Amino acid sequence: MRAGGPSAPGGFGRMTRAEWTKFRTVRGWVAGMAAAALVTVLLGLMSAAGSHTSCGGPDDTCPVPPVGPGGEAVDDHFFFAHRPMTGDGSLTARVTSMTGKVRVPDRVPGARRLDARLVPWAKAGLVVKDGVRQGSTYAAVMVTGGHGVRMQHDFTQDTAGLPGGVSAGSPRWLRLDRKGQEITGYESADGRRWTEVGRARLPGLPDTAEIGLFAASPGDLTVTRADFGGSIEQVRFSETTAVFDRVELSGRVAAGAWRRDDIGVTTEADGVTPHHPGGFQESGGTYTVTGVGDIGPVVDGPRPENTLTGVVIALIVVIVVAVVFVTAEYRRGLVRVTLLASPRRGHALAAKAVVIAAVTFAAGLAATAATVSLGTGLLRGNGAVLLPVSGEAQVRLIGGVALMMAATAVLALGLGALLRRGPAAITAGIAVVVVPHLLATASFLPDEAARWLLRLTPAAGFAIQQSIPEYPQVLANYVPSAGFYPLAPWAGLAVLCGYAGLVLVLAVIRLNRRDA
Amino acid sequence: MAPPRDAPAADRALACDVMETTIEVAGLRKRYGPTLALDGMTFTVTPGRVTGFVGPNGAGKSTTMRVVLGLDAADEGAALVGGRPYRSLRDPLRHVGALLDAGALQPSRTGRNHLLWLAHSQGLGVRRVDEVIDLVGLGPAARRRAGGYSLGMRQRLGIAAALLGDPPILMLDEPFNGLDPEGMVWIRRLLGSLAAEGRAVLVSSHLMSELEDTAGHVVVVGRGRVVADAAVADLIAAASRDRVTLRTSDRAAAMTVLAGVGAAVTVSDRDTVTVSGVPAERVVGLLNAGGVPFSEVAAHRATLEEAYMELTRDAVEFRAASGGAAR
Repeated sequence: MRAGGPSAPGGFGRMTRAEWTKFRTVRGWVAGMAAAALVTVLLGLMSAAGSHTSCGGPDDTCPVPPVGPGGEAVDDHFFFAHRPMTGDGSLTARVTSMTGKVRVPDRVPGARRLDARLVPWAKAGLVVKDGVRQGSTYAAVMVTGGHGVRMQHDFTQDTAGLPGGVSAGSPRWLRLDRKGQEITGYESADGRRWTEVGRARLPGLPDTAEIGLFAASPGDLTVTRADFGGSIEQVRFSETTAVFDRVELSGRVAAGAWRRDDIGVTTEADGVTPHHPGGFQESGGTYTVTGVGDIGPVVDGPRPENTLTGVVIALIVVIVVAVVFVTAEYRRGLVRVTLLASPRRGHALAAKAVVIAAVTFAAGLAATAATVSLGTGLLRGNGAVLLPVSGEAQVRLIGGVALMMAATAVLALGLGALLRRGPAAITAGIAVVVVPHLLATASFLPDEAARWLLRLTPAAGFAIQQSIPEYPQVLANYVPSAGFYPLAPWAGLAVLCGYAGLVLVLAVIRLNRRDA
Repeated sequence: MAPPRDAPAADRALACDVMETTIEVAGLRKRYGPTLALDGMTFTVTPGRVTGFVGPNGAGKSTTMRVVLGLDAADEGAALVGGRPYRSLRDPLRHVGALLDAGALQPSRTGRNHLLWLAHSQGLGVRRVDEVIDLVGLGPAARRRAGGYSLGMRQRLGIAAALLGDPPILMLDEPFNGLDPEGMVWIRRLLGSLAAEGRAVLVSSHLMSELEDTAGHVVVVGRGRVVADAAVADLIAAASRDRVTLRTSDRAAAMTVLAGVGAAVTVSDRDTVTVSGVPAERVVGLLNAGGVPFSEVAAHRATLEEAYMELTRDAVEFRAASGGAAR
């Protein structure tokens, strides 16, 4: 029957179409949304065009970091004493000592001073790797400076074993076992009772792989707060020396001596002399390996989201348009006409939210896709070496930021419906989305305060633009001002969406309770 | 079943089958803080005629209309359109057309686009929009920004919006406001023809004179309740009460003759008296028989305005008094 029941179908679809007609027939709103897209593109491209990167050196180009099996940029710098092994087999060794040195500021200029200290993520142990090429697949079981025994593979994967370090009184036994593509790491306190640390599948590992002892020690990072906000990062040279004995290889291992490779070592200006070399000594069944560097993903460097600096400004425009889309109706009494056409008030507001979300998403998607693809091209043209990100992360960046803009629009619309006054709702929208993000990323605030802002406020949604994840096994200054958000990308977006939904529900409740 | 788009006429035939074409208001009561806006408002609007809804400003006309249209909630009582609460209607503009506030427009949107979004909300298309634009004579102005419209053009646009769904029931709040004389004539004709098609038409006004030639029936309200609910002809007859104005050079003689048959005579002027209780023809007969000279005998017909003033005097006095007390 045409008179219909209260849940008659079609009403919501019609109202959504009507709201779309409303939106597209006000030139200012369409222009506003186009302006938001344009601001994103222009600010992004201008900052990309104005950014020049140079790294010195003979041809002034920046080195391209090696890429791991997962496509990410990696550090692959360690000292490797190895032998080729074909097929299944295992390597066992006892680590009897692990010590380190960290360079500290010179007292007398030019006179190197070293502290005897082990950095927490210094690592030494056993590794099996596809040759000695940087970035090739590997699995390793190791003792660390401060994080106990670990099993790591392919740069991003890390499994904790038992805690505790190494000393003469309490040596650690390690074993790496290969069966086809499966590598298992074990540890033991006495060489008799073994505990599995972790397993890795290395699909790319060839039948003949290099297996051996390694040591690496990442730079010692200190972060101090600067006088006028912000922070100063200092990375100091560090190295580690590990002593192995009871080394036992089983399987088909080529005869001959241990081969030595200082993988990834940098050279002095002459291009030949290694800078901070590692080392390997063998005497009567005792092997001493000294290493510098790290094996893990690179987290510092230019990233594709650096081109999206205009989004914050675009969001202000989006907030204004979304708020006015609803408060203009209150200002003119037009809301009564809307409610005459759609007496189910929740539907009327939901239809508005659907339209503003769809319009913002479309404009945002066009803007982010253009900005990221053109902006990263400009940055590369200007000498920057962008950290590679996976296709999935790229899609999440482009689509996710558009979603974040759409969710912000819905939040602003809800604030407009709740507060019913344009200036108040615009101020509130900017205050809860834009301001916390600016405060948190402009290094005014202590890092922990900045993180809480990005957890608790709708600005958490900005997390969706983080394309390089935080790795617990890689020491870095993971702060919002460096583009590291405290929540995972989708979790951050969920916080923003939660706020948008909550405000919308409150607005519907108010709309239903009050006379129009 | 889904109604075909762009076929409001066919739809309406169907709607009329299943809906009563009435507005029923029963015992509405609503209080805004200390003010009792509606105090037992009760009336019914029947199809086929224009019903005037009159009363002084603040008598509760607009509030009643908003309650009927589901915009405001009454504390007590019920309001039904076609036997159902407005908020339960699907595609409500196909059942009830309403004009509440002609200024409720987005100024930067054209009149035509204002009607277009409303049409889309009811599953109607652009053809119907152009039909109602022609119907109200908005013409080329429809493609201009509504912010530039005169009040009269806004009223026409608001009426076009009310007619969009070709509804069997129409409710117009003060549609005469801002119209030029030509517009007044146009809207009176339009309302008359809409009622003649069998629609229920409720038109509010604070000026009774605007409705005199249009409405067949009036609901007079004051202080939130119905003061009179009657046919216009009956109201006027009751207010006229057989009064006759007589102009004569011999006032004393005329008074003697007329008092002789029991008529009440009051002196209004040096040569004018007002006679009540005796029809005009009889006055002429009596004066002729008595040889009293007279220059004019006129049957006095009260205007609807006078009838209304009489009915609402209390309400106005009340308002003035309470307004004074509030200061």
